Amino acid sequence: MSQSELSPGSPPPIHANTIDEKPHGTWERITRGPGLVSVLAVFVALVLGGLLIAATDPKVATTAGYLFSRPSDFFQALWAAGTDSYVSLFQGSIYNSRQGFEPFLETLTVSTPLICAGLGVALAFRAGLFNIGAQGQIIIGAVMASYAGFAWHLPIGLHLLLVILMGVVGGAVWGGLVGLLKARTGAHEVILTIMFNYVALYFLDFLLNTEAFQRPGESNPISPVMDPSAVFPALPGSRLHLGFVMAIALTLLVSWILKRSTIGFEFRAVGANPAAARTAGVNVARSTILVMALAGALAGAAGVAQVAGTEKVLTAGIAASLGFDAITVALLGRSTPWGTFLAGLLFGAFRAGAVTMQISTGTPIDIVLVVQSLIVLFIAAPPLVRAMFGLNRKAKSRPPTKPKHAAPAPAAPASQGGGA
Amino acid sequence: MSAPAPTLSATSPVLAPVAWKTPIMLSAIGLLSLVFFGFNGSDQSATFGISTGGDVFTLPDLVVPGIATGIVLGLGMCVLAGYSIFLAREHRPTPGWVPVVFAALFIFAFLVWVVSGARTPQISLAGLIAGSVTLAVPLVFGSLSGVLCERAGVVNIAIEGQLLGGAFSAAIIASVTGSPMLGLLAAAVAGALVSVVLAIFSIKYVVNQIIVGVVLNVLVSGITGFLFTTVMQSDPELYNSPGRLSVIEIPVLSAIPVIGPILFRQSIVGYLMYIAVAAVWIGLFKTRWGLRVRAVGEHPKAADTLGIKVNTTRFVNVVLGGAIAGIGGSFFTLVAIDSFTKEISGGRGFIALAAVIFGRWNPIGAFFAALLFGFADNLQSILTIIGTPVPSQFMAMLPYVVTVFAVAGLVGKSRAPAADGEPYVKG
Repeated sequence: MSQSELSPGSPPPIHANTIDEKPHGTWERITRGPGLVSVLAVFVALVLGGLLIAATDPKVATTAGYLFSRPSDFFQALWAAGTDSYVSLFQGSIYNSRQGFEPFLETLTVSTPLICAGLGVALAFRAGLFNIGAQGQIIIGAVMASYAGFAWHLPIGLHLLLVILMGVVGGAVWGGLVGLLKARTGAHEVILTIMFNYVALYFLDFLLNTEAFQRPGESNPISPVMDPSAVFPALPGSRLHLGFVMAIALTLLVSWILKRSTIGFEFRAVGANPAAARTAGVNVARSTILVMALAGALAGAAGVAQVAGTEKVLTAGIAASLGFDAITVALLGRSTPWGTFLAGLLFGAFRAGAVTMQISTGTPIDIVLVVQSLIVLFIAAPPLVRAMFGLNRKAKSRPPTKPKHAAPAPAAPASQGGGA
Repeated sequence: MSAPAPTLSATSPVLAPVAWKTPIMLSAIGLLSLVFFGFNGSDQSATFGISTGGDVFTLPDLVVPGIATGIVLGLGMCVLAGYSIFLAREHRPTPGWVPVVFAALFIFAFLVWVVSGARTPQISLAGLIAGSVTLAVPLVFGSLSGVLCERAGVVNIAIEGQLLGGAFSAAIIASVTGSPMLGLLAAAVAGALVSVVLAIFSIKYVVNQIIVGVVLNVLVSGITGFLFTTVMQSDPELYNSPGRLSVIEIPVLSAIPVIGPILFRQSIVGYLMYIAVAAVWIGLFKTRWGLRVRAVGEHPKAADTLGIKVNTTRFVNVVLGGAIAGIGGSFFTLVAIDSFTKEISGGRGFIALAAVIFGRWNPIGAFFAALLFGFADNLQSILTIIGTPVPSQFMAMLPYVVTVFAVAGLVGKSRAPAADGEPYVKG
């Protein structure tokens, strides 16, 4: 947000401390690499979440009253409170004996928009841009897609393609507008995208109260149902739809863009060092506009997945908190396409399982937000996680080959592997 | 924040520059207003009530005809735009009072236009202003938090979380202890705690400040939502009935029309707001401490060279800012309504962020920006009641659109502290 960051495509050091040194030796490679830190971060976040659940559990509170006379009761209650919720979270998202792997299909359904929007955020990260605006881009994408879905009546196949196209274009315009403003005026994309989110939200609210969008004879802000020809075909007996295949395809596409294409190379160059990229002949302004438009298009695809897949109507809450979840998804996935894909699956599982969890154990869905944000916080600060498990000391006993203070490496997003 | 990128602002300063941006903007808005608010105005008259019940003397209602007033004000704006064009041709800059007067004329013309076009063309001006100030209270506190953090070089996206955390702990502590004043204190502590996390991660672990801010908002929203469901809803009588901070009326002064209610008929949070604005402004611009803070925000290396502890200064400022935003959060649960609900802050932290930028990182500027946003918010609800042709959603959009224009440099220039958002690592 500084003056120097004003040049388009300035690099946000995302995981500032993660990439400062090359690991030597097997032990160090394991303890210093990003993989272990990610696993430990998830673990610590789950433990802290479990403690929060246990702290508010009435049974834990009662047994704590006679902690010293019968400590075993207390610890049993503590363990039960902490783990029961996670067990039912698992049962609601992956497998349970009654439904088999049916919950997992629900997880894939919930993951679809998360992956698409997460890819949008990740792509922008790689170009050094913070796309906080996935929320607004999803909304505009959903608005355009749903309009094409219920207002036009076209043959099967063509209709769905047009719905997808409209949604993607909608998101691209909304994202590209931010890129344009940033490239032309130097306004910071974080502020712009936050403001654009709210404008999109109120715009959606306005549209749903107009004749063109409101379902006839309905006083609530809800659109007509999309035509059957305009929605993704679903797997019989579940909500899983073809949109998930779109999410896989988009992951492949983003991976290809970043690794193999010229524009992807330009994005990464701008993300790593905009001044150097400019000197090397990259059109930084064009790259900024393009990457924001692409990011918006991906988020728009998430909007399509919502209206043409999961919901089949446009409502005021169509984007829920997807746009903000997408940020955590991209961060957990370390801005790589397949990392984002896996992170999207994980958070999709949390979301899907949380519903079951709330019903069977009474643990509020909000715990998912807590765990999710803790994971991202810990992943962003690897030294903290390593310190918690005493991994720093082991490393320090070896001859230090790196400067004591890890300089915030601006090239962070770009240097974390060339893609997946 | 919105200063044009170096390559783009390359209007050569060697020849006397002709700044055409302002004259062109003013002319365009002036002409549009003349046509839209004047010639296309309503033939009804707009009535503005000025006095309220308890005033010492009553002023008569202000009644103005729709079209005529629109034309007069529109012409006034065109005259100002013409003056600006004249100055630009003479290679002289437009003085600062011109846009201010212009904006005032515009707002009044807009008010006359919407009110005279409404089903019941009558609103209480005093109520409108008093309501705007009330709605602006959390925004002002939030934006002061933003100013304090960003002046020291730490971007504070977590204002929303600080407000929400403050609102929650104010509610629960005031309910349990039965003392709203303790709730107020707890709100400050909660806001400061959110800030401590922001400071530890962004200053000690050098994690990107924007990421920490975004994630903290989600974290606070999750924790408060979780505790609301598990604790507060289990026994709302005990945990979620904080009671309200009483309104303190200053005798005599509070009976002055219009300004009495906004300055002298407030809760303690309202008075604290005025004190905080003044204190932050004096602190930042009139004291040695403020000079140091600004040095840290503009050029940390130079400040460090002169012996100022950069990261300690940042830490203190972030925590202080959090405490202030926390107090602002208590407004929701101790003043506005007397209970907590999920997401009670409703995105106002982000409007406060907008107010920071629109107010150009200056406490007083942020105060007036917050008032403007509070005004838009209040006008929106009043206009829905009197039934105007403008959809309320567009009124609600206004703060955000204005901010986009502000950061894009279309409305004046606002420049962030130079080291805003950049971690400082010694050596």
